[in-house]
This record gives sequence, C-alpha cells and structure tokens, in this order.
Amino acid sequence: MSKYYLNYLDELESEAIYILREVWAQFQNPVILFSGGKDSILVAHLAKKAFYPAKIPFPFMHVDTGHNFPETIQFRDNIIKDLDAQLIVGSVQESIDDGRVAEEKGKNATRNALQITTLLDAIETNKVDCAIGGGRRDEEKARAKERFFSHRDDFGQWDPKNQRPELWNILNGKHFQGEHFRAFPISNWTEMDVWNYIKRENIAIPSLYFAHEREVVRRDGTWIPNSEFLILEEHEEVVTKKIRFRTLGDITITGGDESDADTLEKIAAEVAGMRNTERGNRSDDKRSESAMEDRKRQGYF
Amino acid sequence: MLDNNQLLRFTTAGSVDDGKSTLIGRLLYDSKSIFEDQLAAIENTSKKKGHDGVDLALFTDGLKDEREQGITIDVAYRYFTTPKRKFIIADTPGHIQYTRNMITGASTANVATILIDARHGVIEQTKRHAFIASLLQIPHIIVCINKMDLVDYSEDVYNDIIRQFEDISSKMLVTDVRFIPMSALNGDNVVNKSENMPWYQGAPMLHTLETMHISSDINKVDARFPVQTVLRPQREGFIDYRGYAGRVASGIFRKGDEVTVMPSGFTSKIKSIDTLDKELEEAYAPMSVSITLEDDIDISRGDMIVRSNNKPEASQDIEVMLCWLHNDSAKPRAKYSIRHTSNEQKAMIKEVVYKYDINTLERNSNDKDLKMNDISKVKIRTTKPLMIDSYRENRITGSIILVDDATNETVAAGMIV
Ligand SMILES: Nc1nc2c(ncn2[C@@H]2O[C@H](COP(=O)(O)OP(=O)(O)OP(=O)(O)O)[C@@H](O)[C@H]2O)c(=O)[nH]1
Ligand SMILES: [Mg+2]
Repeated sequence: MSKYYLNYLDELESEAIYILREVWAQFQNPVILFSGGKDSILVAHLAKKAFYPAKIPFPFMHVDTGHNFPETIQFRDNIIKDLDAQLIVGSVQESIDDGRVAEEKGKNATRNALQITTLLDAIETNKVDCAIGGGRRDEEKARAKERFFSHRDDFGQWDPKNQRPELWNILNGKHFQGEHFRAFPISNWTEMDVWNYIKRENIAIPSLYFAHEREVVRRDGTWIPNSEFLILEEHEEVVTKKIRFRTLGDITITGGDESDADTLEKIAAEVAGMRNTERGNRSDDKRSESAMEDRKRQGYF
Repeated sequence: MLDNNQLLRFTTAGSVDDGKSTLIGRLLYDSKSIFEDQLAAIENTSKKKGHDGVDLALFTDGLKDEREQGITIDVAYRYFTTPKRKFIIADTPGHIQYTRNMITGASTANVATILIDARHGVIEQTKRHAFIASLLQIPHIIVCINKMDLVDYSEDVYNDIIRQFEDISSKMLVTDVRFIPMSALNGDNVVNKSENMPWYQGAPMLHTLETMHISSDINKVDARFPVQTVLRPQREGFIDYRGYAGRVASGIFRKGDEVTVMPSGFTSKIKSIDTLDKELEEAYAPMSVSITLEDDIDISRGDMIVRSNNKPEASQDIEVMLCWLHNDSAKPRAKYSIRHTSNEQKAMIKEVVYKYDINTLERNSNDKDLKMNDISKVKIRTTKPLMIDSYRENRITGSIILVDDATNETVAAGMIV
C-alpha cells in the first residue's frame, strides 16, 4: 500500500488546522472560547500548530460562572501566560450584579443557563464576529447537527432547521453586522480521539482529569464535588473517594467517576471501556430531552 | 492497532422514510457502539411516543422538530470504530425540501449508501439522490434494498429493484455499485448476515464498509496548494519568515520542487515545508502545512501554489454542473460571489445550457429557470480567473459555491465540468 495517506488522527488534526486558518482569514475579530476543559485545551494546541511559527492570533475568551474548580482557573492562567495570549473574561457574577440575569434558586440551582447572556454580552461588547468553540458532534444529539461554521443571528440565536449548506471544505462565513459565527474545528473528534491525541502529543491538562482523592457527595447517581456552593440535603453525606472527571463544567454540576486512572495511558484505556457518554454526568443536559438544543438555540456554546 | 487506520466517511441517501436513520441506528446498535445512557434515553422517548420497541432512528434524529415529525431535517454526524476501520457517518434527510442538507453530508463522503423501500422500488427522490451522488463522484455506492421484511424477503422483488436501479445508473457516471437486501428494522444484513434471505450470497453492510478499498480515492498526481493565509511571525528567530499556510488539496510537494504561483505565474522553489513538530521533506493531501519559497513573491489568500510542470487551467469562463440549493430562484444575469478553494470572486451565470429532468434524466434546454433542487449545466463568467481542474480529476479544485451577496446565503453548489 502507498504511504501517501494520513492515519485518522493526522487527518483530524489537519482538518482542524484548516478550519482555524479559515476562521483567521474570513473574520475580523475571532476569539477562542476557553473553558479550561480538555476540548478547549485541544483547540488551543491545534491553534498553536495552525499558526506556527507565528503566535496564535486570537484572544481567548472565558465565560466565568464564578462556580469554578480552582484547579481550572489556575490552569487557565498558566496556559494564557505560556502562550503569551490575551484573555477576555465575561463574568456571570457581573451579569447578576448588573441585573442582566437572575440567579436560579433551590438545591439544583446552577449558573449554567445564565452563561448564555454573559457570553452574548461579551461577544457584543468585544465586537467578536466568530467564537471558536471546542464543541464536538459526538457529545450530544443537537451538537451532532452542527456545521463547522455555524451562523448566529443578531440575537445570537442558532436556527437548526435552517442552517446554511456546507459543501466540501468550502466554508461560508459571510455575515451582516451584529451577527456572528461559531466555529467548531474539532467537530469530527470523538472523546476517544481527544484522549488518544492528548496522549500522543503529551498535552498538559488539569489534574482534575486524573484520578485523585476528593471530598464528594452522592447525588443523582454520580459523585458531586464538595464546594462552598454545595447545599447539602439532610440525608447526604460528604465522603472522600478516589475519582476523576470526564468533563469539566461548573463545580456545582459536574459529576465525577470513581477511578484509578492517574496516567494518560490509563485514562485512554478507561475511556475505551466506558459504557456511558461523557456528558451523562452533567445535570445541565439532563434537565429535559432537548436541554442542549434549547440552550444552543438561545446562544449557548 | 488503529494507529494506521484511515477514516471512511459515508453518507446515507434515498427517499423520505426509506429507513436511513433506522439503518444507522441499527448499525450502531448491532456493532455495540451505543452507550447505555443513550440507549436508555431513546428507550424512554420511544415509549413516550407509543412505539413498540426502540425507535432506532432516534439515535440520529436529535432535534425536537425531527422527533415530532418523525423525519430527518438536517445531517447528523455519528462516529464509530471497529477493529478494522474508523467511520464518520453523515445521516442525511430524504425529504426533497432538505436536499441541500443531503448534499452537505454527501459532499465529503467516500461511500454513499442509497436506501430503497422494497415496497416502492426506485422513485423520483431515489433518482435525485443517486444522480447527486454520481455528480459528486462519490467513488463507492451501496444500494440497500430495505424493508425486505415487508415483501416476504422475496428474491424476485430484490432482483427487480436491482434492474430498476441499473436502468437509471446506466445513465450516470458511477463505477463501484453494490446491492444488499436488508431489513434495517430487524437487523438483517446490516451487521449480521440475514437468516431470512439465504439466497443472498454477499456480505452484510458493515463487512462491506470495512473491507472497501479507499486509499485510491485521493488525487496523488496533480500537486495543488491553495493558500489560505500568509504567516508573518514578526518575532525573534523568524523576522523574515514568510510562510504560506494551507492544506494540500492533491498531489505531493517536496522540498526543492519547482513551483509556480497562480494566477501571477511567478516561479520559485520550495525552500521548506514547516509544521510545529518538524520540518518536512514532503507534504501530501490532505496535510496542513506552511510552505516557504526561495524567492520573495507577492502571494496572498486565493493564490495557488502548483508544481510548474503540472498546472491547473486559469479561466474566467467555467462550465459547471450546478445544484441550486436555495428557495429563492436564480436571478437571470445576477451577480453572485463565487468561492473556489480559498479564492473568492464575483461571478455571473451567463447561460443555462440545459436542465435535467430528474425522472427521465433527460436534458431539457428549454426550461431555463434555476429553482431549488434543480440540477443544470451552466456557464459562469468570473471577474478574475480561477485556477480550476475538472471535478472529475479533483474534488477540491473542481468545486465551487455561489453566495448571494444580498443575503450572504450559500445558494448553489457547482462541479466544474
Ligand atoms: N418494516 C420495516 N420498517 C422499517 C425498516 N426500516 C425502517 N423502517 C421504518 O420506516 C420508517 C421511517 O424510517 P426512518 O429511518 O426514519 O426513515 P429515513 O429514511 O431516515 O427518513 P428521512 O430521514 O425523514 O428521509 C420508520 O417507521 C421505521 O421504523 C425495515 O427494514 N422494515
Ligand atoms: Mg432519517
């Protein structure tokens, strides 16, 4: 067989680099949405490759709910320093203080949905015309429908019934003032691909992804980390377990799994044997059958 | 292990309700590629909808509207891996109103699976999708004659539909066509061989997909490098660096190669092929790299670097097979933006040479309106030359889209003749 073909990880990498370069070429003011999770770290890594030997030409934007894992914020600041990049922070706390949104109440309250307003405000104030995200089609059924270049109207809304056709590798990012695009360079990566690639490239990721001892509470079939934001029910008990997180969202809603996987090799092996999806432990997705679609329509990541 | 594995991208096609989404659900289910929580969620929804058993189409029909109406509206992408291969599936809608989304899914596929309801045989939408697949030059086509359970697994019905399909495919440019009788609903000949159709000697669908030879699908001869952007680092160690960033569309570039920059026609030699990891001796499709040249030439986005002894044609007059994708019909002699690789120019549709009657696949030179879902041969004039190959030779340098400047919408997809 001829050697002139790429294996699948190289092909996915090349596709992502292509998309990042298209973003740079077609938009005036793009940003990378950066949560500090593995997918956005991967996007940052790919952006480094896309523009080498130049620096990543985009600022990073973080929508800070204030309900973070401290490790994530630490990691975010390190990576920004490393890359010598600019960080824009949109603060949900500020949106609350300004009266733009109201905090949810009760035991299952989260700031997940509030992020939408903060994100759209940050996009508008910073005149962002393309926000690059680490969304992947295999994550969730509504995300499975996303284009690489996904149009948002001047209210930041997604219209999944009326998406632009996206033919071959020709990406159409044309838009009117006030509208913007979301770009998803790692659309075609699966969770397994991400881990295999992180392992291959030896990309640094927050310690939260590795098995570690942590105080947790059993809730809705998963281990929720103890934090200052957690309101304990009477029957609930804080215990210490060796766990790791498959995805990182707000500390209030991200459940961990018991695990001994403390190296990238072990994580990749563990993920290969997983019988539930990675977002299965995210209570934000479990609120209703179309929770993700509904949020995405309004402008969510 | 998988390290040497290639991606196979395949798409579904065929008329509404022929069972495309059910087939993909069945494929994922029987190959154990479905997670427990996904299955639980779908069992739940199926029950709520009063379905007996699991509605396998729900694995791809993920939008609220799709679930309400029981049809696919936009492409869903799904991923799965077997020990032999890694697959990206595009499950596309059969409804004529959403043909543009079918084309979106099909435009990047190596393999198209065209479904036919065994009770209905080949109908207009089957023809339309088969024709689009042939125009897109999808190299391999698997025709799945589905719902065999509803025709008593009859070999005669199967053979009759093969004849119907061959009748139309003989008028198209398709090379590798295979037929599989199946029941997506019950899993016959999807992953597992059917016990209900002992007369069928061929392999089930998954095995066919796993063993198909695809590495010959890429054009390895004509070296084409559309420039996406220019990299000027302006930082220590790279002060004079000027790299042309792009993804190799086809062929192979090597350090030292004589190259020509189009459309300017200046020639130079490749000085280096760079990536963050290392400098490369050669780059081939579909690698993303940065190329530097020996000489300082003015090059920008939209230009194309090619090997000097093998150039595309530079032309302002191009003939394309055009699929009209938008509700708004083409305006006669109106200007559109034309996008071809990284190049963008203005263009005008000068002439509609003929339009296809999808039912007969005959050419009609009288009806010249370009309405949604019409497929026609047109002549386009651009303001500046495009560096083109025929689509048959090169899927990337042979394809264009038209964008309406009044709406910014993509209104047509074209394959250069
Ligand atoms: N009896 C029988 N029914 C089937 C079979 N395959 C699919 N169906 C049924 O046909 C109906 C339509 O199936 P879908 O999979 O949604 O069809 P589709 O081709 O994806 O439709 P669109 O995406 O809307 O074009 C559903 O009710 C399925 O259960 C089969 O092999 N046998
Ligand atoms: Mg369907």
